[in-house]
Parts: sequence; C-alpha cells; structure tokens
Amino acid sequence: MSTLPPHVRLANEIADQVRHLDPDEAAAFIANHLRSFWERRMLHALLTHVDAGGADLDPLAAAAAARLRQPA
Amino acid sequence: MSLLKEPDLGTPGRKGEPTVEVEIDGVGVAVPEGTSVMRAAALAGVDVPKLCATDSLEPFGSCRLCLVEVDGVKGTPASCTTPVRPGMTVRTQTPKLAKLRRGVMELYISDHPLDCLTCSANGDCELQDMAGVTGLRDVRYGVGEGEHHLDAPTDTSNPYFDFDASKCIACSRCVRACNEVQGTFALTISGRGFDSHVSPGQDQPFMDSECVSCGACVQACPTATLQEKSVVDLGMPNRTVLTTCAYCGVGCSFKAELRGDEVVRMVPYKDGGANEGHSCVKGRFAFGYASHPDRQLNPMVRDTIADEWREVSWEEAISTVATRMRDIQERHGTGAIGGITSSRCTDEEVYVVQKMVRAAFGNNNVDTCARVCHSPTGYGLKQTFGTSAGTQDFKSVAESDVIMVIGANPTDAHPVFASRMKRRLREGAKLIVIDPRRIDLVRSPHVEAQHHLTLAPGTNVAIVNALAHVVVTEGLVAEDFVADRCEDFDEWREFIARPENSPEALAEVTGVPAAEVRAAARLYAAGPNSAIYYGLGVTEHSQGSTMVMGMANLAMATGNVGRDGVGVNPLRGQNNVQGSCDMGSFPHELPGYRHVADENVRDIYEKLWGTPILPEPGLRIPNMFDAAIDGSFRALFVQGEDIAQSDPNTQHVHKALESLELVVVQDLFLNETAKFAHVFLPGTSFLEKDGTFINAERRINRVRPVMRPKTGKHEWEIVCEIAQAMGYPMTYENTSQIMDEIALTTPTFSGVSFELLDRVGSVQWPCNENAPLGTPIMHEETFVRGKGRFMPTVYVPTKERSTRKFPLILTTGRILSQYNVGAQTRRTANVAWHPEDVLEIHPHDAEVRGITEGAMVSLASRVGQTSLRAKLSDRMPVGVVYTTFHHPVTGANVVTTEHSDWATNCPEYKVTAVQVGLLSVTAPTEERAERAPVPVAGN
Repeated sequence: MSTLPPHVRLANEIADQVRHLDPDEAAAFIANHLRSFWERRMLHALLTHVDAGGADLDPLAAAAAARLRQPA
Repeated sequence: MSLLKEPDLGTPGRKGEPTVEVEIDGVGVAVPEGTSVMRAAALAGVDVPKLCATDSLEPFGSCRLCLVEVDGVKGTPASCTTPVRPGMTVRTQTPKLAKLRRGVMELYISDHPLDCLTCSANGDCELQDMAGVTGLRDVRYGVGEGEHHLDAPTDTSNPYFDFDASKCIACSRCVRACNEVQGTFALTISGRGFDSHVSPGQDQPFMDSECVSCGACVQACPTATLQEKSVVDLGMPNRTVLTTCAYCGVGCSFKAELRGDEVVRMVPYKDGGANEGHSCVKGRFAFGYASHPDRQLNPMVRDTIADEWREVSWEEAISTVATRMRDIQERHGTGAIGGITSSRCTDEEVYVVQKMVRAAFGNNNVDTCARVCHSPTGYGLKQTFGTSAGTQDFKSVAESDVIMVIGANPTDAHPVFASRMKRRLREGAKLIVIDPRRIDLVRSPHVEAQHHLTLAPGTNVAIVNALAHVVVTEGLVAEDFVADRCEDFDEWREFIARPENSPEALAEVTGVPAAEVRAAARLYAAGPNSAIYYGLGVTEHSQGSTMVMGMANLAMATGNVGRDGVGVNPLRGQNNVQGSCDMGSFPHELPGYRHVADENVRDIYEKLWGTPILPEPGLRIPNMFDAAIDGSFRALFVQGEDIAQSDPNTQHVHKALESLELVVVQDLFLNETAKFAHVFLPGTSFLEKDGTFINAERRINRVRPVMRPKTGKHEWEIVCEIAQAMGYPMTYENTSQIMDEIALTTPTFSGVSFELLDRVGSVQWPCNENAPLGTPIMHEETFVRGKGRFMPTVYVPTKERSTRKFPLILTTGRILSQYNVGAQTRRTANVAWHPEDVLEIHPHDAEVRGITEGAMVSLASRVGQTSLRAKLSDRMPVGVVYTTFHHPVTGANVVTTEHSDWATNCPEYKVTAVQVGLLSVTAPTEERAERAPVPVAGN
C-alpha cells in the first residue's frame, strides 16, 4: 500500500503523465487539471502539504500547487 | 411465438431503393432487388401461408407451404426462396396451390401428437394457424394412426425452457436462429426423413451443449416444442408492456408479457433499435430477482450498524435522513455530505439525486458508479472529439470491414451486440482482438481473428502508440480527413513517429511481436471502414484516459470517424451508464457534460432551481472514501450501487463506510453496503420503474412500469421528499415532467419528451432542433468540439508491478450468465451456470504451484487475500490470472488496489500483482455456499 497521503499520491500520478512536457507547460497542465477536477479540501490539503515542506511531492506537482495560489 | 404478434414479412428485407415492380394477386408493389416474393406479397398486403419462414431468418424453403404460381414459370416455386424479378406476376391463391398446401399440412398433422387441448401453446401455435389457413378438414393418412411421438422425451435440463421433441415439425427455425441470429451454432438437425430431429451439440441435453440460453430458438419455434417453463407452469400471458432491459449497456427492448401482475416471460421486441428482436440469457430469462423473497419492501432505520434494523414508515425514514443530514452539515459543514447515483436507475431517478445534492445538500459531492468503469471514456473522448459518447449506432457494425475489439469481451458482457458483430464477421469482415486473454471471439464457430495481440496487462497505451506509429511512418494517414477535420496533428505526428513508439521498441514492454502489430495496423488502416469497440479493459487502468485518447487518435489519423461502419465505441457495462453520466452525475459537471465552473450553465440551473450552485467540483467516490477516513466527510446517500463489493481495495472502502455517521442505502436488497447503513430505503426493480435508460449508442429508451412499486413509492418520489424535508422544494407530478426539465436545460436533449419516445420508439442524442429524430452517428460533418484534436499519449508504465512475492498479474471481468456484483443474477436460476467465482490460471502457472483443476487456492495481493476454486485454462497467458467479481463470498476486490486512472481515478481493476497458492485439492460446492463473506480488516 502507498503510504503517501491521497492528495500527494494522486498529484504525483498526474505529474508522471506530463513529465515529457516543458516544466512550465507541465505545471500549467497539472494546475488546470486540479482546478477542473479536485474538490476544495483536496486542493487545500495539497497546499498545506507544500507549506509543510512538500515531502514526497513531485516537483512538477509542487510547481502546479504554486500556480493554484494564483488567480485562474 | 409471442403474445403480441408483430408483423412478420416472412423473409428479411434487402437494402436499396424499391425499384423492382411486381404484381401479386392483382396488387402492384415495388421492392428492392433481392427481395423474396413472400416479402413482396406481405408488403402488398397478401399473406402467404408459411411455417419455416420468418423475417428474422434467411429463407430456407423446407416447409413447402408458401408455394406460389408465377406467370411464365413452370411449377410452383417456394415464395420464400424466390426473388422478385421486374414485371413478375404472382398468384398466391389458386385451386392447385390450395390442394398442394392441404397435402403438405396433412403430412405435418399425420406426424404430430395433436394434444392441442393440453398443449402449453394454448392456441399460440403457427402449425394450428396454418391448419386453419389451408382449410384442412381431414387427414388421408389417418388422425391418430400415424406416429405421434408422445413417448418422445422432453429435455427439461435448461432452467428456463423445455424442449418437447414430440411437437417438433423439423422446420429448422431453431437451428437457423441459433446460427444466424445468435451465432453460436449449438443446434443441428440430426437424422434423415422421419428420424430428423433437433440435436443440441452431439445429441446432448441443452444444458450440456454449447447453448448459451439466449432463447432465440424458443422465440423462433412455431409450435410449443421449445417453450418457456414459465409458460408451461403459468399458462399463456394475457397482456404486454413494452419496456427496456435493466442489465448491460446494450439496452434491449422487450415485451414484458404478464398474467395480471405476474411476469410470465420477456420477449425481445423486433422494433427495438438496439436489439431488433434478439436477447441474451439475462435479459430474456433472469428477471426473477424482481420478485425474490430477499427483496426488502419496507424502509428501515437503526442508530448504529451494530443495531438490528427496525422497520419504519416512509415518513419516519425520510425524516430521519433529512434530519441527520442537516445535523451533520450544521456540525461539520455543507460539504460533509454527498451522494452516489446509480447506472442501474433511470435518467429521471439519477437526475433528481444530482439535483438533490446540488440544490438541497448545497454542494457538488455527487458521483456515479461510472467512476469505476467508464469515467476515462468521458475524459478521453471529450478531449479529442468534444463529448463523452460512442460515435456509432449498433447497426453501424454491419458496415464495418475491420473490427478492432480492445479490452472487451462482447460475447459475455454485451452478448446481443456481439451477435451483430459475429454476423458481420461471418460475412467477411476482418477482426483484430487486443486482449491478454483468448476471449471467445478470437476463435468461435465461423469467426476467427486475423490478429490477436496478447499484450501484457497494463500496456494498452504502448500498443495503441505502436499501431499509430505504423500508420504514420508507413504513409497510411488519411491526409485529407486530417487536414479538413482535425487539429494539432503535426505535433502528434512528430511524437508518434519517434523510434521509442515503434512496434519493435515496444515489443519488450507489450510482449507482442512487432510484425504482428505492424500487420494489425496495416489491416486497420486499410479498412476501408474500420471500427473500434472497447470495454473496461481499456478504461480500468492507470492510463485509462490516455488509452481512450490513443484510440481516438488512431481513428482520426485513418479517417475512421463520422460515417457508417467506423468510429470509437465504448461498450458500457451497465444499462444506464451513458444516461447516468449524461444526467450530471459527475462532481464537476452539470447535465450534458457542462463544467460547474461555467457561469452561463450554472445560471440556467440557478434560475430554474432557485438556488445557487457551487462553481467548484465536488468529491469523487474515492475522494469521498478518503475524506470519510480523515473525518471531513460524514454522510453518504447511495443509490443502487454496492460500493462495498464493487469498489476496489475492499478494506479501505469498509473502513471509509465505518467512519461515516450516516449511510443511506436505496436498493432492492440488503447488499454488502447496507451492512454499513443506518437507513435503508427500498428501491424498485425495472419492472416497476417509469422513465428512460440510455444505452451505449446514446439511445434513449422508455422504461415502462408493468406493475405498481412493490414498496409503495417510486425512487424519484423518495428523493424529492428527502429534498423537501431538508427544506428545498422539489416536486414533480410524474417522470415525464422530470424529462421535460432535462430537455429544457440540456441542449443535447432539448427535443426529447416521453411523447416523442412513445411516438417514435427511441431516439439517440443529440436530439434537438437540428436533429429532431436524434443522431445515430456523431461527428459526421464536424466534431462536437469543432476540430478533432490529436493528443500526445506518452506510455507511462503502471506502478503496479509483479514482484518476487506477487509474481502474477490478476485481471478481473464478467461472465455471460452473471451481472456485475451479482445482486440480481445470483437471485435467479442463472447460478446454474456460474455458482461461484473461479480463478482462471494457465496450466503452467498451476503446475508449478501444485494446483489442479477445481482445487481451492488462495489469491493474495499486497492489500488482501481471498480464496476460490481454480480453473485451469490456456485462455490465459502464462503469468496472468483472471476472475470475476459476481459473488460476495469471494470478494475479488479484497485484493484490488488503490491505483487508478490518473485523470479520473477510475480504479485499475485490470492490473493487480498477486500470488496464488494451493489451499486444498478439492472443496465441496456445498461447503463453499455456506462460507461467510470474506473477512476483511475492520469487519
């Protein structure tokens, strides 16, 4: 079983799919996907995780989280 | 035979314009070339006597009752096998013909038991009809002196129908129905002359033969030779209601035939757009669950799941739900509650649940069981084509030249569509199967796949990329189509042409030889009409959405979208997967697949519903489970889905359900999920429902009640009353009004109404001002999104890998006789075919583990373990095992994991690393039946 919290595991899985893209493009894709499909408390949990150091979070997902803090 | 006679024109219609003019008994008629004289006569209003002919079967010419005279032609040809010719003059009623026909009937009657007064046909008998039509008054060979066969044995082996050989007239209709309609070839006529008799298999009982119990033979039989046991037991029905099957996504139309309120039999409806008179063992026969004693008919409540259930009034049950939901919201916030809609319920029932969640609960925490099956279809087809829907109608397969079946097993899971497909394959279409297992389609009577790509589980995207690589690098692209109809092609072409996407580079990953992939790609690209049909073997993967986009890319690159015979077509698992998704069941979409963030769309509903709608997505089902465990989600309304059995990683699901303060289950039975419920709201079977289902071809079919709700309330009424008890006014007088609201607010449904459906039978959405009678084939001129969009599909291996500890890969699926978690089919005689889930394992994998046929084995993954019986099968490749999830005692999802599709969280049911070990060489079936459900953590 994965020991990662669900929001970290799921964000990392999305990042795996766009690793072939330019990092900025990948982060934008992930951020857009999260805005479109993730519920507010999951987004909040992800941002809280980043604030706490972002352990085990894929850098692309972390970059996407940073974009989530900006207006869409 | 059937209670309500639909017109039978004797032989099938032929395509083409009615250009051949003939005169029959003085009546002129024009018909397409190739039409039989018999059919032309019927179209002219002239009935020709017949016994071996029926318009669902090709003409056979054996009974000799349909003889006619044709000017300028010697003799009396059989009208069923004689095609029309221009200017032909035909006479069907002459003294000579009458004498010949009476002679034929005398022969039939002299060899028949003549037990009409006690026969179960009770007058519903074509032989008896023809005796009357031909004016038979005496039998020169003696009545009661011929061979009456009354000592002939009756085969009662099938649980649903009997074969009484004494009544057989050897017309071969049953044999031809099995061959032509069903495509199983289980029956033949053995012997010659008076010894001719119908033989299942090698003169075996029906139950021991290859018969799949579809019932086509029963329907075709002109006498009571093949008769439903229910008719034998109960007598002939006396009324009929036209409705829609509630099993798979084919959505067959049926005539429910009843005596009073008791269903005697279900007869597939010839004018049903999806099935055109055919059916399978589930739809035709397995309806007994609706009156099974296990059904709960009264609402029940309890304070905790450790308490006994207490039957209460509807008022108390509804009040309890509303009060506790509101209490939880007051203590934990608006988003602490949510609901799940069911793909087994009607569009109208689903619509009111999502409305209740959005308007009365005040959030978007609504999801549907399509989450765990076809949610990647929604994502993938929307990204590429612009909407979540199959592109074709089922009839389209008759125009396909190449059929590619990916991750689907139509003969088991969508058998009526499979029969259409097999018919086309017998006519010469080519078949490509992409599946780790050797499914029946790969090689069955008169069908053989040109290519079976036995890929390693989890490598779908690698295979579709390799196929597309061949198309792009070998100059097989439909350049004009791509240039006119698509966008982002150049970027995709550059991506897919890279060496790492070649069949050679990916052969090590997929396990499929490159030459086989190249040959399959060339065949698909050559078409000229190539169609893709796919199932959950595509979607239930960590790259399910990517694979859907990959198939769309392949179809666009070869120009196989937007006309008859082509397309990309999801075979939906449950009867109303399409409809439940259409109705706004996803947490990010309002009805019609419109995102909740779209202010213009929200505005439509906010004005009509009189309440604001949140502009942000709600929780998906797996998110609900996670949030339940972390304590932020506290109550769940579950409409007709057994999440405790059907969803992956059972331990996790059970832990989530145990964490909830309130679980409300609306279902027919106290299912596995109800063990965690605090309120049980009894649901209605499809025989009681009033509304619509939408099948996999987007066909909106009416579901008509054949009886009043056994529970006293329709499910939509219950949901409305809960919403009202929570303070949100939600009332409808009937389900027609609900559909009217759907049409009012959803552009793709704007032309739909019950009045239209009752008038024309069914329509396929979009049904609106541009397409008032619906849209059989989508994307004909332009794609829904304008241009079809090519999407790069990088293959990313799943994280679920076989290891030394778990060296095998488990994949799961369905079997013909059972349906999903088995809640319905396990409560019918279908258990005769599949009394328990078994583990299919390759003989080599079994041998090294000391496992023999029928041995009890353990099945363990990193998340759980269960036990079941082994079935040795070389259908499986070495290293891959397979089982079904129809029985809670096995609980196959105890071993499936948390992995899911990256875009939609659809579970990765198709890839689980497992180990299999021998438990005991044998275990009596009785012992298995008595075993308790598999114990799991926290239970």
